[in-house]
Amino acid sequence: MVADISGAELISHRAGGIAAYFRHVWAVAEKDIRAEMRSKEVVGTMAAFSVLSAVVFGLAFDLRVPRPELVVPGILWVIVLFAGVLGLHRSFGSEVDHGTLAGLLLAPVERSAIYMGKVVANLVYFLIVEALLVPALLILFDVNLLKPIVLLGLLLGTIGYVGVGTLFAALTSRNRARETLLPVLLLPVLAPLFIAGVGLTSVIVDGRAGSEAWPWLGIIGLYDALTFAAAFLLVDVVWENS
Amino acid sequence: MSTLSSPSRPGRWFKPLIVFDVIAGLAMVTVTWAGLLHAGDAINLAGEEQTAQRIFYFHIGSNIAAFLGFLGSVVGSIGYLFSRRLVWDRWAAASVEIGTIFGILVLLSGSIWAKPAWNTYWTWDPRLTTATITVLIYIAYMLFRNGFDDAETRARFAGVYAIFAFLSVPLTYYSARLFRSIHPIVFDGANEEAQGGFAIGPTMGQTLTIAMIGFALLFFALLFHRVRQFDAEARIEALRERFDE
Amino acid sequence: MNDRTVPLIRCEDVKKRFGHKRVLRDVSFTVSAGEVLSLVGANGSGKTTLLRIVSGLDRPDEGEVWLGPVPLSSAAVGIRRYVGVVAHTPLLYDRLTGWENLGFYARLFDLVAPQKRIEHLLRTLDLWRWRDEAVRTYSRGMSQRLAIARALLHDPPVVILDEPDTGLDGDSIELLIEVVAQLRLRGRAILTTTHNLELADRWGDRVFELRSGHLHQLACPDRSTY
Repeated sequence: MVADISGAELISHRAGGIAAYFRHVWAVAEKDIRAEMRSKEVVGTMAAFSVLSAVVFGLAFDLRVPRPELVVPGILWVIVLFAGVLGLHRSFGSEVDHGTLAGLLLAPVERSAIYMGKVVANLVYFLIVEALLVPALLILFDVNLLKPIVLLGLLLGTIGYVGVGTLFAALTSRNRARETLLPVLLLPVLAPLFIAGVGLTSVIVDGRAGSEAWPWLGIIGLYDALTFAAAFLLVDVVWENS
Repeated sequence: MSTLSSPSRPGRWFKPLIVFDVIAGLAMVTVTWAGLLHAGDAINLAGEEQTAQRIFYFHIGSNIAAFLGFLGSVVGSIGYLFSRRLVWDRWAAASVEIGTIFGILVLLSGSIWAKPAWNTYWTWDPRLTTATITVLIYIAYMLFRNGFDDAETRARFAGVYAIFAFLSVPLTYYSARLFRSIHPIVFDGANEEAQGGFAIGPTMGQTLTIAMIGFALLFFALLFHRVRQFDAEARIEALRERFDE
Repeated sequence: MNDRTVPLIRCEDVKKRFGHKRVLRDVSFTVSAGEVLSLVGANGSGKTTLLRIVSGLDRPDEGEVWLGPVPLSSAAVGIRRYVGVVAHTPLLYDRLTGWENLGFYARLFDLVAPQKRIEHLLRTLDLWRWRDEAVRTYSRGMSQRLAIARALLHDPPVVILDEPDTGLDGDSIELLIEVVAQLRLRGRAILTTTHNLELADRWGDRVFELRSGHLHQLACPDRSTY
């Protein structure tokens, strides 16, 4: 066998800068999404859990709650919160289990680009699951959540959730008790998102004026801005000696 | 190796700490005296509520201590992430532990008072919600720390978590307040929906100041002891490393 | 970077401990362009730790590693372009195909039009036939060869191989030896560990044993054997 591994003439590097940063983000995201499309591990589990939970809530509240409008906003956000934890820990958990995290960290790529790539992939998973959950709630509870403001709140809330959740998934991936610990760390820190999400959804479900939803959207937006700013500053700390 | 952690010799602070303990102890005796005997009755309350309002001094005092713990966790975490000296992390961890104890006392004393005043132990008032969430975050923080073997990784990751907690807690308060509020604001009658508020006389104001100072001193006394323990632990680690050589 | 007198890897007084255990005490060495340095040692002797430190995955407690003129402790992420690593785990995604895996890393390493390069490596390492199969269907040896392709994708001046012979059959080992010889001829600095003393002797310009945190030179094979 002849091994000629030269071929240096085949190599040239692209310019760096901001365009390279976004290429890296997308490379990581696309890699995760492509693998997920084949395994369907994360989205499958999250979607099954979400729909099952909706059914379980339906059974639990059937005949006990006079109007489902009273509980559906809470049900929506509880399910998103719990289903999300299921998916998030795989984000870095699978890299750690397969020993591939080192491959990412050995690449000439900003840490925050790896983080953002994971955020994008997780966001896609969450939105797919929510696209199933909202119609499921419509069928099971006869409450229509397909309203622009609810969907906007859900999108912004999901962005904030994924932003914090992905960073915490990276934090717990090195911890001994990672699967069990992630929800314990995550849920109390997500309290503002949860309260604001339920508040916003209630405004619309109750048929109140849409303007009452703006303060809630403001809180969610502020949460997103603060947590992403903090995540960008702190993500290097997470992987600084690895 | 000892330069990495450089814990001060624990013996050095022994005597000043004893003195400080005595001061904190006397302050707490004063708080008890002032709260039970010195402070006058609230003029607009009667019966059970009149007795229950005296828990207010204990409640606010614990609240100050819990708040100091919260502040300490953030200051310690940011201090560690900037300086990379583990001593900052020990202050953060100790602050959280002591702060959690006082946080739980705030919730318990509040519930005891709420039963006669609001006729329920619990409501989802913004301050209750925020205090509960903060205590839960503290507990999560302590569990999280347990899962790391390496002191520096533990300090870094716990520091990151503490900063996120610090950012989210005020937002929790504001979003919970958008829902509703029945918590009395004792010094400000602006909240008309508040129930169980009471007029405050001069002796009550004095007692409140005494309680806040007393609990703050108690917090620092406990904090110093816990940090001293952590320092001793780190020192033992360092000595064992040298011994292993 | 191709001047053979320039040390491409310079490790100075590196110390590392895990808890109470001092894994590395005062490890210093250099690897010049066109040189192969082999490390042997018992399991847990710290070989992998040392390689992680040189590749920038871990920080030493004390000491410094230079890649060329650049100290790792203050280097920007771009320094990672100068290093290629074959690690204990293959660093491959088992749901993706061999081609996709290399394509992904080519994007992270900012390679322009990497198709030719990827094809070249896959053919050289005898993986071309399986390029569109998911890596999870690969044998241990195929994964290891793909891991080698992954490490050499961006043609790094410094190549770090952690037990690259693990799981390889006889033919693949010959192929690996050929690859290392080529890299050496082309002025790459190669740092490798192995359990196989014979192999270490065969390709190592110098062989060191890592024992109780120190390096001990074992042999200085004659270069003319190549």
